[in-house]
Amino acid sequence: MSNYYVRRTGRVFATIFAVATLTFGLIRLLPGGPFTQLRAQLLRQGVPASEVDARIANLQNINPNEPLWQQYLDYMGSVAQGNFGESISLGEPVARVIAEAVPWTVFVVLVSTILMFAVGIFLGSLQAYWEGSRFDKAFSGLSIALMSVPFYVVAVISLYIFSYQWGWLPTAGTVGASVEKELSVPFLLSALEHSILPIFSYTLGGIGGQALAMRGNSIQVLGNDYVRVARLRGLADRRIATRYVARNAILPMYTGFLLLLGFRLSGTVILEQIFSYTGLGYYMFAALKANDYPLMMATFLVITVALIVGVYIADLTYSKIDPRISAGGSDEAY
Amino acid sequence: MKRTEGHESSTLATDGAGVDWRGSASSSVTVTREERLREFYEENVLKPMIVAWSDSRTRLGLLIIGFYLLLSLVAIFGLWREPSTSQAPRYLMLFENMKYPLGTTASGTDLAALIIHSTPDILLMVTSGGLWATGIAVLVGTVAGYKGGSVGRVLMSISDFVMAIPGLPLVMILAITFNPKNPILLGIIININYWAGLGRSIHSQVLTIRENNYVEASRTMGVSTPRIILKDVIPNIMPYVTVNFVFAARYVVFASIGLFFLGVLPYSDQNWGVTLNFAYSGGALFSWSAAHWLLVPMAAIIGLSIGLILLGQGMDRVFNPRVRTRLTGESESTASGDEKDTGMTEVL
Repeated sequence: MSNYYVRRTGRVFATIFAVATLTFGLIRLLPGGPFTQLRAQLLRQGVPASEVDARIANLQNINPNEPLWQQYLDYMGSVAQGNFGESISLGEPVARVIAEAVPWTVFVVLVSTILMFAVGIFLGSLQAYWEGSRFDKAFSGLSIALMSVPFYVVAVISLYIFSYQWGWLPTAGTVGASVEKELSVPFLLSALEHSILPIFSYTLGGIGGQALAMRGNSIQVLGNDYVRVARLRGLADRRIATRYVARNAILPMYTGFLLLLGFRLSGTVILEQIFSYTGLGYYMFAALKANDYPLMMATFLVITVALIVGVYIADLTYSKIDPRISAGGSDEAY
Repeated sequence: MKRTEGHESSTLATDGAGVDWRGSASSSVTVTREERLREFYEENVLKPMIVAWSDSRTRLGLLIIGFYLLLSLVAIFGLWREPSTSQAPRYLMLFENMKYPLGTTASGTDLAALIIHSTPDILLMVTSGGLWATGIAVLVGTVAGYKGGSVGRVLMSISDFVMAIPGLPLVMILAITFNPKNPILLGIIININYWAGLGRSIHSQVLTIRENNYVEASRTMGVSTPRIILKDVIPNIMPYVTVNFVFAARYVVFASIGLFFLGVLPYSDQNWGVTLNFAYSGGALFSWSAAHWLLVPMAAIIGLSIGLILLGQGMDRVFNPRVRTRLTGESESTASGDEKDTGMTEVL
């Protein structure tokens, strides 16, 4: 069993290593090669030709004149140390840009995913409880409708209504322009105010899917013998609802939660653009538009690592939470 | 996530259609190919269709998808004018002028024409993306599950790796690298790593299917591996695959329109996402008189995904024996499987 954990942990590092290699390859794959484009860009900015190579080496931690394997080793070495070079468009170390962006993205994704699950589970269990009722039918329909609305449509419409028309909420940014970036009440309030719309639009569309999943799980659990036995034993309704039904219905959704958390990180590329919310996705898109390779690859790598870690935690903890499942990845036995 | 798959597979293992048909066909020795074909058609096409049509959701879903197909036919046969600038008065509202029922944009382009002429490309993109995702997933999942051993391990390691790469950012980089304009290629690029998660869950289903008697029988009879996979394994996972095809297709709609909206994907022609982009940057957000410019493409997107989701839900109903018996009133569940976790791959 411990063998499984060792192997699983090893796979995390192997995957991160492979993805870092992939980003190195992608830099070279990009049209015109980053170096030709960078060189032209630097020359345009008035950097003397004699200094260009040194600047490139500084920006990317790669010396373009070295053989490919040496470039690769340099790149991997500096990535391992958390050194992603310097952002071309922002003129700042990439690591600093990312460190500032990550908390915002994590905040929005975490809160919206938790909300999405909480509301979805609540609605889904009510639907299952009153299965076939008018309430159930109406909410099933509503769930399907919610599932069909992409979050960016919600984002654009809510931006229109709440920010531009009614002026209740800010239209862009993570905090107000005049607010000091320190841990204080005005800062927190402003941050909260700016995050309401992104969180709202990123949550709404996801509720439907979770509600339907919860409804399905609960209905199935309700049909199980042990629930009937619990009823026959005369257990209190509340005990049956929480210990027997909810617990068994939510468990299968737990892995989905951690995975979604990771997946939804990549969706922020669109979300943060609409709200000009300066998180990871925002910088990734900005870097992409500005041909800022160091920043682009670093954001890509950070999002990927988050995804890998999410799957890893899900895999490891699921067997702890759900005793029915034995650790060790049964499918690997074949 | 690995572990939830164990539940999914049990739903499938008890799935009726494929198994019943095999049983009856192998019991009578003298069935001709034609009879087998007809029986296959009745069990796998006709009956599901009847069940599907009897469910109001699927019926509605089919009607909606049919409507979009009709729109694309209208576009292909040129039954509606092509969109072009200054072809109509500017900023016509919805139904203001019945010649331009959906109104016009800031440049005087007929919105209805924009929507209609975008439909064929979008349907192509959606179909190719769905086919790609489910096709590769079935290939990888069945081969890995049936062959097992080192082949299976290697294939599953590849899937794990591909699954770990965030979809949208990867698509953005690929879109900039390859600059794909062909809708079929675009669909494939958008779903470039969608197959991995699906492949993994198919893999775990195949692991249980390969233990079935008739697969064992085929194997001892010396039937070749590709043939066993094609004849014995794939029919059993087909229901799951069709349902997931729909979800993969919906993901293409969401992701592609979102990326077109951002202006990441290259476009040679107008489409819903590009229209959204133009409307958004053209200030439709700020003036009531241009709001329809934004709302019409949104409605087109939502309509298509409602159609796809209804279809997916309905197909689940058709193929999932547990749900089917519930529907017909025999409320006892026949299988003890969890609902499939489609949440895993639903990003947007």
